[in-house]
Amino acid sequence: MISLLIMFTFLLAAIFLAIRSGMGKKMNLEQWAVGGRGFGTVFVFLLLAGEFFTTFTFLGGSGMIYQVGSPAYYVLAYMTLAYVFSYYLLPPIWRYAKEHGIVSISDFFSTKYNSSSLGMLVSIVGIIASVPVVVLQLKGLGIIVSETSFGMISPTLAVWIGTIAVTVYVMISGIHGAAWTAIIKDITIVAVVVFLGIYLPYHYYGGIEPMFEAVQAAKPAHLTFPDKGQSLGWVISTVLLTAVGFYMQPGLFAAALSAKSEKVFRRNTMIMPLYTLLLMFVFFVGYTAILQVPGLKGANGDLALLRLSIQTFDPWFIGVIGGVGLLTALVPTSVILLTIGTLFAKNIYQPVFKSNNETQIVKAAKLTVPVIAFISLYFAINGGNALYALLLMSFSLITQLFPSLLFSLLPNNRINKYGAICGIVVGVATVVYLTISGTTISSLFPSFPQTVKDMNSGFIALFVNVLVTLLISLLTAKNAATNKSLSPQ
Amino acid sequence: MKLVHVLGLIPFIGMLGGLPFANKVNAFVLGLPFLLFWIVLWVILTSIIMAIINYIDPANREEGVE
Repeated sequence: MISLLIMFTFLLAAIFLAIRSGMGKKMNLEQWAVGGRGFGTVFVFLLLAGEFFTTFTFLGGSGMIYQVGSPAYYVLAYMTLAYVFSYYLLPPIWRYAKEHGIVSISDFFSTKYNSSSLGMLVSIVGIIASVPVVVLQLKGLGIIVSETSFGMISPTLAVWIGTIAVTVYVMISGIHGAAWTAIIKDITIVAVVVFLGIYLPYHYYGGIEPMFEAVQAAKPAHLTFPDKGQSLGWVISTVLLTAVGFYMQPGLFAAALSAKSEKVFRRNTMIMPLYTLLLMFVFFVGYTAILQVPGLKGANGDLALLRLSIQTFDPWFIGVIGGVGLLTALVPTSVILLTIGTLFAKNIYQPVFKSNNETQIVKAAKLTVPVIAFISLYFAINGGNALYALLLMSFSLITQLFPSLLFSLLPNNRINKYGAICGIVVGVATVVYLTISGTTISSLFPSFPQTVKDMNSGFIALFVNVLVTLLISLLTAKNAATNKSLSPQ
Repeated sequence: MKLVHVLGLIPFIGMLGGLPFANKVNAFVLGLPFLLFWIVLWVILTSIIMAIINYIDPANREEGVE
């Protein structure tokens, strides 16, 4: 009971901060969504970091170590490399966005390619790709609330409570609330994760190396990449795919635009990799759990961190862990829902209904939040995927935006809007087909070497995407050229 | 290719290119199995490389103060 009380104190504190930070500000769409583009290094850092340190890292990271072991290291590698990549990618995007008053990834595409249909398509892809991430966070919330209540609240009821809390939170606060909650969240999560990552191995094994030795003796396969399946080929291809797709996530893209100057990104690239090292402590927890709380099958591996903590600590401390866990779900989910709301209002609602009424657009944005939240709630209750599987699915989808974005930044872009639209549509369709039919490179080309066979199937989609983009651009450009030469002028 | 671009490739090559050789448990370094140590090492090296890039990149000087 005490654990539940402490956890709900965290929730109330977050909501209180959210209401306070939103007060005295006129909430038009730009304030609600990108904070009027006035956030400095610290705030942008916190928002970007807040997006990355989510329930995924907290529960999914330890859960993936528990379930499959080393392939979870991919998270550490891709985040680090995504920051390196952002050093070169974000400044030109930010400059262009500032010149043209762009607040979202869809605006960026529709301005760059001068096509509002493309902007609409990008919004739809962004919204679809965000759903698995929201589902992931809600599932995490459900796990946290139900475990922290020591089973008093059923997981299903817990997901309902979580969804309602998040929805209310986002609708009243906007991005200002998220940024302030991110501050408490980041301080507390660093403390809790480092403490757990060091204390648990020492408590059970007398040290980190002895803990690894015990895992090596019992489950040696958990410490290296396997020869098949999530092997080297899988890790390297997944890291590359997710590293380039990282900033295509509408939430992160928008968070990046809220920076005050392009220097902010360059500076952040020095600190952000070190921040990802926190994951190492999460991994330690996952490894400790393998032998201490055995028997969690499949997606239940995500319970590893909390089960181990419950077995080790007094209820009040479980409340603290639950409270921090709750914040790690609240901040990223609210940023994502905010972004989806903005995308829908500005790039779908506005052009379709030809509305220029600011109050109506804000209303549309805010109403999108509960709609998406409850769609995700449905999947959170009915889908059986582990957290990391959801994250990978989202990335395969969102990465399909990357080729056209990269082409658009080149000095003389040969790609036109037709190519971009067809490429994205075909890429997304391929991902959906591959996911539903369970096709992999291995089943398509059984004679390929193992490394190639294990490559992330998102690559097939990306490859088809680029091919179609180039081909259609070439064809339509030729058509336009012949039309011109034939016309009598 | 400018120097700042070449430097930016090093983390990719080190982190991912080294994996086939690092994919083993022994020897333990600083309490970590070798594979995990390798990745952690490259995270830290990446941070240092990014600091160097930040320092030498002319784009950072042109802008002047924030």
